[in-house]
Amino acid sequence: MRQFLSFLFLATVLIGLSGKAEGQCKGFARRICKLDLEGFVHDGNYHAAILTDGEEAELYKTFYSDQDYRIAVCGSEVLEDIEFKVMDIQRNILYTNKNNDFKGTWDFRLESSQQLMISVKVLSGNPGQEPASGCVAILFGLSDN
Amino acid sequence: MSSTNPHNLLYASSKNHYSRLFSGAVILFFFILLAACASDNSRQEREKEITVNISDEAFRDLLDAKKIFYALPSPLETAMLLKSSGAVYNEELLNPVDNISRYQTNSSMAVNLGIYTANLSYASLFDQTQTSLHYMDAAKGLADNLGILDAIDNYTMERLEDNLGNRDIIIDIVSETFMNSSSFLQENDREPVAALMFAGGWVEGLYLALNLVDEDNLKEDPLVKRIVDNKLSLELVMLLLEENSYNSDVADLINEMKKIETVFHKIKIESTPIEVMEAPDDSATILRSQSVSNINKDIFRHLKSTVTAIRNSFVS
Repeated sequence: MRQFLSFLFLATVLIGLSGKAEGQCKGFARRICKLDLEGFVHDGNYHAAILTDGEEAELYKTFYSDQDYRIAVCGSEVLEDIEFKVMDIQRNILYTNKNNDFKGTWDFRLESSQQLMISVKVLSGNPGQEPASGCVAILFGLSDN
Repeated sequence: MSSTNPHNLLYASSKNHYSRLFSGAVILFFFILLAACASDNSRQEREKEITVNISDEAFRDLLDAKKIFYALPSPLETAMLLKSSGAVYNEELLNPVDNISRYQTNSSMAVNLGIYTANLSYASLFDQTQTSLHYMDAAKGLADNLGILDAIDNYTMERLEDNLGNRDIIIDIVSETFMNSSSFLQENDREPVAALMFAGGWVEGLYLALNLVDEDNLKEDPLVKRIVDNKLSLELVMLLLEENSYNSDVADLINEMKKIETVFHKIKIESTPIEVMEAPDDSATILRSQSVSNINKDIFRHLKSTVTAIRNSFVS
């Protein structure tokens, strides 16, 4: 029974810590990631999650024609590089930052509105190394010109 | 030409849903197993190794479970698109701030927080500073009533009042306000409330666009193209709502949104594959493609009357 209670306590603490970490994610997105949108207007949407080395997240969004966009993807310092890919709905890769030294931003403009998918992956660390967890945020900027 | 296929998205969503269900079942199983172990007084029994057989495929699915986001156009993005399409400002279309006293349920407050945020964004983008202040105040009232702490605090209001002549700062404040509300709801396990707010804002953006179009000039009005494009974002609205359909308010809203979806089904969009045109310097990449739709006056009017009826039911 004591073991069971210990487990419950541990689970409660972990859930609490995870909530706190998510809360810190917002601060991270606002203080750090938003700076990458300089020159663009942040659309106000917030997409962030705690990811561990090797983990992935996907985001679906409609991008509108004749509008300049910037995608900014950033992660906590403890994490390895973050790879992001932009794909069409047939999952054809339109852009990957892997070919661009894992740069955290990409600017683009569409000639016709499209639904695109953004796949974000935290690269795995060295084998045997304890995997790190940290905040990863995806923000969008629009040009106001 | 190939038409967009929503099933790809639905597949991704349901795969993720089942993966999460499966992960939950496995975690629950371990939890029960552990509890059973712990309650057993026999030391020998406790020390037995526990093995659970999970097929390779199921294990891969468990590892593949991904966080999936559906990003709807924010009220600010919608207002920017309205403006860049040549829309004019019409204050009569806004939901009057005096209506706020009507919103007493969580559902009506959440939907109308989205609507007021859309109105705030529209007024701000068109430099209507006094109106922006009123709508910021209305949004603050609903956010406070929904228990969204500090989404719009007194400092935000003062900052807005002090910068009424500075459009860039006003837009930044509107963007921050929306981010604060949505992040608070998402991080406090109130995703259904966030989904209601997003959907309210989306419907209001579409309502404004539909009512700003010159019906006698449908083929020439660039706003019509924006309205048609909402067919794409509606898919994401529905996926977001479906994800939260365990909540009865969201389930009710889905039934309303299906009426809009039915009209959009009449609109066919055909797009050519995207061709990537890398910029030689560091400027923006161009994603080239062309699309056409079959929208006509009848479909437009049907869409306008459907959306207007639903939007009016939200604000009444």
